[in-house]
Amino acid sequence: MTGGVNPPGAAAVPCIAPKARLQRDEVRRRDVLLYPEGLVALNETGTAILQLCDGTRSLAEIVATLKQRYGAEGIELDVTAFLGALAAKGLVTYGSPPR
Amino acid sequence: MIPKPLWLLAELTYRCPLQCPYCSNPLDFAGGRFKHELATDEWCRVFREARALGVLQLGLSGGEPLLRPDLETLVATAHELGLYSSLITSAYRLTRDRLAALKRAGLDHVQISVQAADAELSDHIAGTASYRDKIAAYHYTRELGFPLTVNVVLHRKNLHQVEAMIRLAESLGAERIELANTQFYGWAFHNRNALMPTKAQLDTAWEVVLRERARLGNRLEIVWVLPDYHEQYPKPCMGGWARAYMTVTPGGEVWPCHAAGRITTLQFANVRDHPLEWIWSESEAFTRFRGDSWMPEPCRSCPRKALDFGGCRCQAFLVAGDAGVTDPVCSLSSHRRLVDAAVAEAEQAAAAAELPSEWVYRAAPASRAIAAKG
Repeated sequence: MTGGVNPPGAAAVPCIAPKARLQRDEVRRRDVLLYPEGLVALNETGTAILQLCDGTRSLAEIVATLKQRYGAEGIELDVTAFLGALAAKGLVTYGSPPR
Repeated sequence: MIPKPLWLLAELTYRCPLQCPYCSNPLDFAGGRFKHELATDEWCRVFREARALGVLQLGLSGGEPLLRPDLETLVATAHELGLYSSLITSAYRLTRDRLAALKRAGLDHVQISVQAADAELSDHIAGTASYRDKIAAYHYTRELGFPLTVNVVLHRKNLHQVEAMIRLAESLGAERIELANTQFYGWAFHNRNALMPTKAQLDTAWEVVLRERARLGNRLEIVWVLPDYHEQYPKPCMGGWARAYMTVTPGGEVWPCHAAGRITTLQFANVRDHPLEWIWSESEAFTRFRGDSWMPEPCRSCPRKALDFGGCRCQAFLVAGDAGVTDPVCSLSSHRRLVDAAVAEAEQAAAAAELPSEWVYRAAPASRAIAAKG
C-alpha cells in the first residue's frame, strides 16, 4: 500500500471502487475487472473474492464464506494480499464496519 | 495464432469546435475520405462485432464525439454489450443534463482535455474559448459520480505549467491526470517546430512529476506519456501492430492506430465493405506488420524487439519515408539523425532566444488547403 495507509483490519468492508466493473470475457473464457484505460484478468478465486466485495461483508466474513465454500484453510493472507494489490491501484476501497 | 483485440477507439466524427495545433486527426480530415460518417446502426454493428472479437475497452472519441446527437444511443449499446466505455471529449458546451443522460445510458468514464492550467493560455492553444466549459464539466463529472481523467497534451508552450496542471486536477478530485507529451503525428507533425520542447523543459517537468507523485501517493494517478524524440529507444507503440488495438474512423476505415491512415503504402478496409473480423485477421493493413517476420535489421536480431516491437510504423513512415524500417527514434536506427536534427533545431532556437515558429491551427480550411497541396 502506498500513501501510508494502514493494512485494513478484519472488520473493514472491502468494496469494488466505483470506477471498476466486473465483466465476463467470453472470448478468453475468464472474468476481468475493467477500469479506465486498463483491466485485471482474474482467475476463478479472484472472481469469487470480488463477487463478495459488495460493500456489505467484512474481510472476516468474506474469508469465512470462502473457507466454507471451498473447504480451504489459511486463505486470509491470500485474500488480504489480493485485495491489497487492487486497493493500491484504487480498484478496491475499504469502508468502515457498521458501528 | 492471431491475437485478439482488447481496445477499440471509435472516432465518431472529425468535426470539432477546438483547433488544437497538435491534433492527432489526419491533416486531410476535412477531405472526402472522411466525409460520410457512419450511421447509428452501423456503429452499433461495429461495437457488436468488436465485442465478439474480444474487445472490452471502448474509447468514444473524435473530433468532438458530443457533436453526434446519437451519442446516448451508442453508449447504451456499448453498455448492453458489456464494453467499458470512455468518453474522450473537449467538453465544449457540455451541459450537466447531457452528461447525466450519458450516465443513465451507462457511460463508465470521462476524459476531458484541457490545454493549459489557466484560461488565457488554454484558450489560446485550443484556438477556441473553452476553458470555462471544461472547468464546469469537471465539476459535473464529480457531481454525477464519474471517474475522471484530466488530459493535457504537453509541448513547448505549456510545459512550464505542469505543476499547476497537477494542482488543478487535484483540486477537482480527479482520479487521473494524463500528461501526454506531444507525439508527432497528424497536425503535431505538421507543427513540429512550434511544439518541440527543449531538453531543459522536459527535465524540469519530469522532476515536478516525481515530486508530485511522492506527495500525492495513490490519491491522484499521474500518467507521464514519454516524449519519444528525446528517448534512446522507441515506445512499444500500441503494444505492437495489430496485437490489441484498432481505430475505426468516422467514415468506417479501420486502422491499427489512430495515425496509421497517413501511411500511403497500406490498403485500409472499411466496415461498410467487410466484417470487422476479416479486417482484423486478414486485411492487408493489419497483417503487414503483425508479429516480427516483417522486421529488418537492426530490429530482427535485437533482443529489444520483444519489448518495443520495432517501435512505431507511422513514425518510420513520417520521418524516414518507409513504414517498414526501424522507428527512427531508436538510437540504433540509421535514420536517427533525422530525429536529432528536429530536436537540435528546437534547442538552437531556445539558445538564441528566438520565438518558436507559429503553428497552424487544426481547422477545416487549413485541412482542405493542405490536402489540395497533396
